[in-house]
Amino acid sequence: METAKLDPAASPGAAKSAPESSAVRRRRTRPFPGQRVVPFGYLSPTLILIFVLMIIPIAMVVSYSFKDNVIVEQNPVFAGLANYTTVLTDPNFLAALKNTFIFITVSTVAHLGLGLAFATMLNTPLLGGVTKAIFRIVYILPWLFTVAVIAVIWRLMLDPSGVVNYILTTIGVMREEVSWLSDPNTALWALTFINIWAGFPFFMISILAGLQGISPVLYEAASVDGATAYRRFRNVTIPQLKPVLLSMAVLDLIWTSQQFALIWMTTGGGPLNVTEMLSTYTYKQAFSSYEFATASAAAVIVLLLTMILAFFYVRLQKER
Amino acid sequence: MTGGSTRLQGRTRRLLGVMAVAVLSATAVGCGSNSGSSAGTSADGTVTLEFAQWWAPELPAGSFDKLMSEFTAQNPKIKVKLLSGPYASTKQQLVSGAASRTLPDVVGLDGAWVSDFAKQGAIADLSELMAAAKYDSSQLASQIQIKGKTYMIPVVNFVYPLFVNKDLLSKAGVKTPPSTRTEFLDAAKKISALGGNVKGWALPLDTAVPNGIQNDVMSWLWASGGSMLTKDGKPDLTGQGVKSTVEYVKSLNDAGVIAPGALTMKEQDKVEKFSTGQVGMMIDSLAHITLIKKNDPKLNFTVVPIPAEDSYTGKRGIPYASWGIGVAESSEHKAEAFKLVQFLMNKQANAELSTLANGFPGNKTAEPDFSKSDALFKTAFDIYKAGYPANEFVGLPKSEDLMRSFDEQLQLVLTGKQSVDDALNKAQQAWAPVL
Repeated sequence: METAKLDPAASPGAAKSAPESSAVRRRRTRPFPGQRVVPFGYLSPTLILIFVLMIIPIAMVVSYSFKDNVIVEQNPVFAGLANYTTVLTDPNFLAALKNTFIFITVSTVAHLGLGLAFATMLNTPLLGGVTKAIFRIVYILPWLFTVAVIAVIWRLMLDPSGVVNYILTTIGVMREEVSWLSDPNTALWALTFINIWAGFPFFMISILAGLQGISPVLYEAASVDGATAYRRFRNVTIPQLKPVLLSMAVLDLIWTSQQFALIWMTTGGGPLNVTEMLSTYTYKQAFSSYEFATASAAAVIVLLLTMILAFFYVRLQKER
Repeated sequence: MTGGSTRLQGRTRRLLGVMAVAVLSATAVGCGSNSGSSAGTSADGTVTLEFAQWWAPELPAGSFDKLMSEFTAQNPKIKVKLLSGPYASTKQQLVSGAASRTLPDVVGLDGAWVSDFAKQGAIADLSELMAAAKYDSSQLASQIQIKGKTYMIPVVNFVYPLFVNKDLLSKAGVKTPPSTRTEFLDAAKKISALGGNVKGWALPLDTAVPNGIQNDVMSWLWASGGSMLTKDGKPDLTGQGVKSTVEYVKSLNDAGVIAPGALTMKEQDKVEKFSTGQVGMMIDSLAHITLIKKNDPKLNFTVVPIPAEDSYTGKRGIPYASWGIGVAESSEHKAEAFKLVQFLMNKQANAELSTLANGFPGNKTAEPDFSKSDALFKTAFDIYKAGYPANEFVGLPKSEDLMRSFDEQLQLVLTGKQSVDDALNKAQQAWAPVL
């Protein structure tokens, strides 16, 4: 009944009122002068901010990378690809590239693995509500600390005379104390471990949200079909979580590749450059060597590498 | 919806769009008109100077503001706006400011930055300002010059003597603090033999802030009257002096007397280990005496000159760091800025600031009041007067980078991956293009 009232074609006066209403519609949609500009007016705050805070700085850094001795020289000259050649043939840059690859890959895999394991544990019906709440608080703690606090805590704990060595030597795991962050053999792994510790709670929470969004009906159907717990995990949980896991993995690769503060406050890129990353390399070029042109070239290379990851992230989002 | 309300909505949308653009344009114009001006002149002719430094946070709360109030009282037409922050962030702020020509009018400087800022044309030639103000520079203890022009004046100096834990020393059976390299090695060995994670010496070689090379390594060279530069200012790292120093540091490492974790140890870790009795000796700034006493009031320690080579009898160089001051080249009020410099360098204010900072004055005639300070400051002042301030990194271009490249080579030596000769040759090659 209501439909009949709303449909003009169905009402008795429809034939008479149709031309009138289409005339009104034409009047309403008639473009006024400058109408096309209005949407840009609304977008302008964002566009201006993006232009001032992103486009201009990026364009400046890109232009610096093609000049010689920018900033420190009053009149820098065009240097072509010389800065890129310098950076890409610098053994320290290549070492930083390798270290960054190891650091971000291991961190991301561990973040996902630990995040999934802890999220599954927090989602299990085997634990009571209070127990889960306590575990949630405990597990989330590392994510609440600032980078400076994390760096100080772990520098103290991994000190040769710190808590970690004390425990490991006391229980007989090690005979001698290890300088975790100062030994070239252990520094990169110790740093990666700290980064994993600091970052896994975010994954845990995100994956937990994903797990709680999976319909119990799917698990019930799988159980009826005789699926074991492992098969349910493999054929129900993982496929359902796949979009979350992939998006998180790509985001983590981008975030971890930009990690600077933690590295700077723990090892500073040392010892013997074994923890030198692209971020610390670029910083040292700019603020220690005052080679802003090569620092810009390194930054552009990092930007390009990050854009590849960003491309995959955007494509994933579009697929979803 | 009626046609009237649609028109109204359309008008509202247009109006909002135009307003958004107008507000943002106005904001942008406003920002533009304010940017680039580091100081201001009010309608009554009062000049406001911006003064960026890391000193205020390191002084007793409010004391530096009080000193600035004294300046303003003497110069009613000049106001000072302090831009205070920690050392590292002040450095970054100044590097950015130098690049964009927006340095504050007056800047706190470290000797390690001067050459690069001067090369950029970011800091003003103080020689000209001194001449214009008819300033008597003979009262200055030192001036940092590049090609004969003064760019920085050290306001307060902090020397780096050898700190010795007297209790650990006597427990190890060493009666007097070491005075020569041989005595130091012997004392360090005996302290390390005490066991329980105690070591003789701490050597911070962190490459993020590689000033351990200046304070803890080259200080051995300067204490024996040596130099890492030739007379014409070129690197002389393969010379006998530096070689002897690095070989000595290696011998300390080989003897196992250096606290573990040296390769990424920071200055604050060194002080922490000394404060907690984990190392018996360290070379450190006098500025840390108060901190050490605060951490452990019962720690029984003293300061002595850095040990020299056994055969050396001359005056000993003692490393120092300075709170230096300079004026921005882009400042529109250089004369007023120099008045502030003059004030901080006058006998009374300089003595007051030195006393507050537990440092030594940049004005030769100023006498800091140690009556309320720890007795160790007086001891250190005597060491300072008996020797001479030595820091060859001051005024060098890219000095932090020079320290870092030397640091990396030294780390290879200490980890047994390279010989001393190879390390020094490589360091020499790295330094040569810079100097």
